[in-house]
Amino acid sequence: MADVKKVATRDSYGNALVELGAENPNVIVLDADLANATKTLTFKKAYPDRHIDCGIAEANMTGVAAGLAACGKIPFISSFAMFAAGRNFEQVRNSIGYPHLNVKIGATHAGISVGEDGASHQCNEDMALMRTIPGMVIINPADDVEARAAVKAAAAYDGPVYLRFGRLAIPVINDRPDYKFEIGKGVLLREGKDVTIIATGLVVGPALEAAEALAAEGISAEVINIHTIKPIDEEIIINSAKKTGKVVTVEEHSVIGGLGSAVSDVLSAKCPTLVHKIGVQDRFGESGPAAELLHKFGLDAEGILAEVKGFLK
Amino acid sequence: MTNLELQKTANEVRKGIVTAVHSAKAGHPGGSLSAADIFTFLYFEEMNIDPKNPKDPNRDRFVLSKGHTAPGLYSALANRGFFPVADLPTLRHTGSYLQGHPCMQETPGVDMSSGSLGQGISAACGMALAGKLDNKDYRVYTLLGDGEIEEGQVWEAAMFAGAKKLDNLVVIVDNNGLQIDGPVAEVNNPYPIDKKFEAFNFHVICIDAHDFDQIRAAFKEARETKGMPTAIIAKSTKGKGVSFMENSVDWHGKAPNDEQYEVAMADLKKIEEELNAREA
Repeated sequence: MADVKKVATRDSYGNALVELGAENPNVIVLDADLANATKTLTFKKAYPDRHIDCGIAEANMTGVAAGLAACGKIPFISSFAMFAAGRNFEQVRNSIGYPHLNVKIGATHAGISVGEDGASHQCNEDMALMRTIPGMVIINPADDVEARAAVKAAAAYDGPVYLRFGRLAIPVINDRPDYKFEIGKGVLLREGKDVTIIATGLVVGPALEAAEALAAEGISAEVINIHTIKPIDEEIIINSAKKTGKVVTVEEHSVIGGLGSAVSDVLSAKCPTLVHKIGVQDRFGESGPAAELLHKFGLDAEGILAEVKGFLK
Repeated sequence: MTNLELQKTANEVRKGIVTAVHSAKAGHPGGSLSAADIFTFLYFEEMNIDPKNPKDPNRDRFVLSKGHTAPGLYSALANRGFFPVADLPTLRHTGSYLQGHPCMQETPGVDMSSGSLGQGISAACGMALAGKLDNKDYRVYTLLGDGEIEEGQVWEAAMFAGAKKLDNLVVIVDNNGLQIDGPVAEVNNPYPIDKKFEAFNFHVICIDAHDFDQIRAAFKEARETKGMPTAIIAKSTKGKGVSFMENSVDWHGKAPNDEQYEVAMADLKKIEEELNAREA
């Protein structure tokens, strides 16, 4: 797979914002001294008047965005997931969520694939936090194509949206002419009958690879991409669980409160099914090259394959 | 409005505060009463607003950053005609559009939901910034408590407002000197408040929060100040107008019982009669 095109979804975010800036004069991008890392610098160059650097003050940036939205703007606040969702949780909850303001939260550097910076900057809790806010839409795109589509869809949607992006360049898996993105709509990537693998974000690619390897061993795995964690596509989850009777969730996020929990919430109420959650266990991350960490945490194709096989035994 | 008319209106706003909090059996009368003259001046004199068109994109905006004093804001809005004064006693009741803290989706005239201290001033900065981006000449006002400015976010916002030269923004600090745990000077001394805002590149005006000449002059000076935001530090009396609530930290967040309600309303009735006598 050496010739596969790889793009970090934070780059997709920056590139999509530049396109949005041309389409809609109400799009405003805010940063907290991380424009270089969140990849919004290209927007700043293209539309300097509509890029607001708030300095290292995420709480205020969030409130400023709320005020801008209350005056009809479409602000995108950009920071690392740790700060956008973690440090900012209460500001997002009270200044954006409660009044249901039209603010988009562009959270880059999510998960352990942040790499060398280590645990202090590896946010594995953001989706769990954001899920608890009523009316918050949460999108965790799987590649460049999906990330750019998600940014456009978020801008077109009236209400708060949390967009989760990564630092690591990952393979493009959705580069096909019939690709369509719809908020809240899961994507069936591969049909199978023995087990359902539901993945989100940068582990969707490795989940597909694992399914391929399972097939070679005679195990037929269905693979579903849930890019929208909330509102989650209940129908696609229930239908697949009914078919296979066994569900594995995969996410580069804590197994507490993220995709695995969201899927379990659906199935426990509407289609009781055994669910095995693959993700970051109840622990912090650590420093290391992203690929090595993903391997160590069992979130590469090899790790997913081993977990699924263990679950099916 | 003349000063006397403003004083009479402020007294009606205070009656509404006491009535609403008494009916709710909960709420924050002290800081609502201390800011009643500021609320009155803003909604009856200073701000370009229309109760019949509360969402006018060109209106002036007000953010109650010290959101717990919602009874003061609600009473000013009701007396200004945004909704019936008769609805004030529904405050904090189940199903009421007068929530315990301001909710912009529920209440006509409320420009921003608030209540979690330190957050309103940031939203006000965003509104002021939107005005600048759109070349609109509306102005944005936000009222903070002197205890509230202990929140770090207030100073993030102050730095932002100064750095971005938001001269369409007026920050008012209701300096009644008391917070829940006691005198602000003792809890976590925020003084000197004026010099702090000056250091964050604000034009600062210090006034008596109950003197309409000074209030009027301060807002005029703020409008004439270009290139920097204005902070008005308004020295006030917590519980102003109700004898037993004045300068008493006990009345920060407590409702009067029936007996205390009668005394409070009698106090305000007396002020009304004094003002009427002055008019005659």
